[in-house]
Amino acid sequence: MREKILYGMGIVAGLWLLRNLYVILLGLPDEALQGAIYRILFFHLPSWFTCFTAYFLAGGASILYLWKKDLKYDTFAVSAVEVGTVFTMVGLVTGMIWARIIWGIWWTWDPRLTWALITYIVYASYLMLRRAVDDPTTRARHSAVLCIFAFASVMITYKAIDWWRTQHPGAVLSFRTGGGTMDPRMESIIYQNWAALMLLTAVLVAIRMRQETMSREIEGMRRFAHAI
Amino acid sequence: MRYLRQTLTIAGKDLRSEIRTKESLNAAVSFAVVILVLFSFAVDPSADQIKEMSGGLLWLVFAFAGALVLNRSFARELGNDCLDALVASPVPSSALFLGKALANFVLLLIVELVALPVFGVLYNMSWARQPLLLAPVLLLATWGMTVIGTIFSALTVNLRLRELMLPMLIYPMMIPVLMAAMRLTTLLVNGEAIPADDQIWFRLLVGFDVIFTSLAVTLVDVVLVG
Repeated sequence: MREKILYGMGIVAGLWLLRNLYVILLGLPDEALQGAIYRILFFHLPSWFTCFTAYFLAGGASILYLWKKDLKYDTFAVSAVEVGTVFTMVGLVTGMIWARIIWGIWWTWDPRLTWALITYIVYASYLMLRRAVDDPTTRARHSAVLCIFAFASVMITYKAIDWWRTQHPGAVLSFRTGGGTMDPRMESIIYQNWAALMLLTAVLVAIRMRQETMSREIEGMRRFAHAI
Repeated sequence: MRYLRQTLTIAGKDLRSEIRTKESLNAAVSFAVVILVLFSFAVDPSADQIKEMSGGLLWLVFAFAGALVLNRSFARELGNDCLDALVASPVPSSALFLGKALANFVLLLIVELVALPVFGVLYNMSWARQPLLLAPVLLLATWGMTVIGTIFSALTVNLRLRELMLPMLIYPMMIPVLMAAMRLTTLLVNGEAIPADDQIWFRLLVGFDVIFTSLAVTLVDVVLVG
């Protein structure tokens, strides 16, 4: 049953993304200044929102782990971070493609870009730290602490466009600008893509959590077998 | 009062054993000097170029040399199971952390105060033109580095790849402090006034120190005891 729900959610997310892609490519006009390339925004922004949400949830799960000492929160945290790093990659790569067309360069050391890269490195080191610790409870404890620290860089990345004068474009969505900067039809597709990606994230996290639980059970059985 | 005394006892113990053996202090100071010398090959040491990158150069040296000190901070306690004894002692984990952080802070400052004149001599810079502004930058940024370094030193102490994992974890976390310190130090070492635009870096340093010190003090119990 659980499998069917997961597959169902995955299919819904896929179809939704396809439908959004149709609207993005054929329904919406080119942007006045940037032409066709602006369409990458419909994936760039939602994938950053998705990874920020995943990191936020992972941070919350890490706090819960330290509080309740239940390994299921750790399982959730690592799954969310893993899926989150994938979307961070998507965000970085889509941003770089856009920058190549609009700025003429792949990368610039602008505060927003730099912090985004730092966030990626910090969460990558979270995943590395997990590999370096053998004992499951120590691993959970230490990575939970790191996950809480790491969330600081997510917040700085998010606020970087307000704190520094960046080359990266400023906020466009109406909840940050107060409206008037973007056509409501375009904005609605951004939210719809975000929702679809979140659905996909939920499926991926659920699958990853099951793997993590299984690998822990196998590890436990191996230890048990070793003991006898 | 008792808490303060415990903190100072730990700091005193760490400093005393470090001053007697000088194992990480010697390594860190000579490493800092080696990097300073190496940098003279990377850039033309006489040109104006060096003025623009003086802050960056100095803080990279401090961060690299600092990692050596920070690495030893908890690793020193591994022999004879001293760490277990410390955790089992009536000293609370946060006092243990603050004591160790304080000792590391002093050691890092020593490294910096040795490296600064060496830098001044090798690169022909009169670095102490604004000592009253440079001192708070050094103190605030070093404390920020120390807090991050000490808590992650506790976190990585039992890892197989400790020497590798500590820099991997601390450098990305330290970036806000290093960014602020580099910018301010470049200005101050060159004897320039700090423009209104760059005052924000002071606030960033203070904010970073407050946030991460409180986070570290809250979480250190979890790291050491579980």
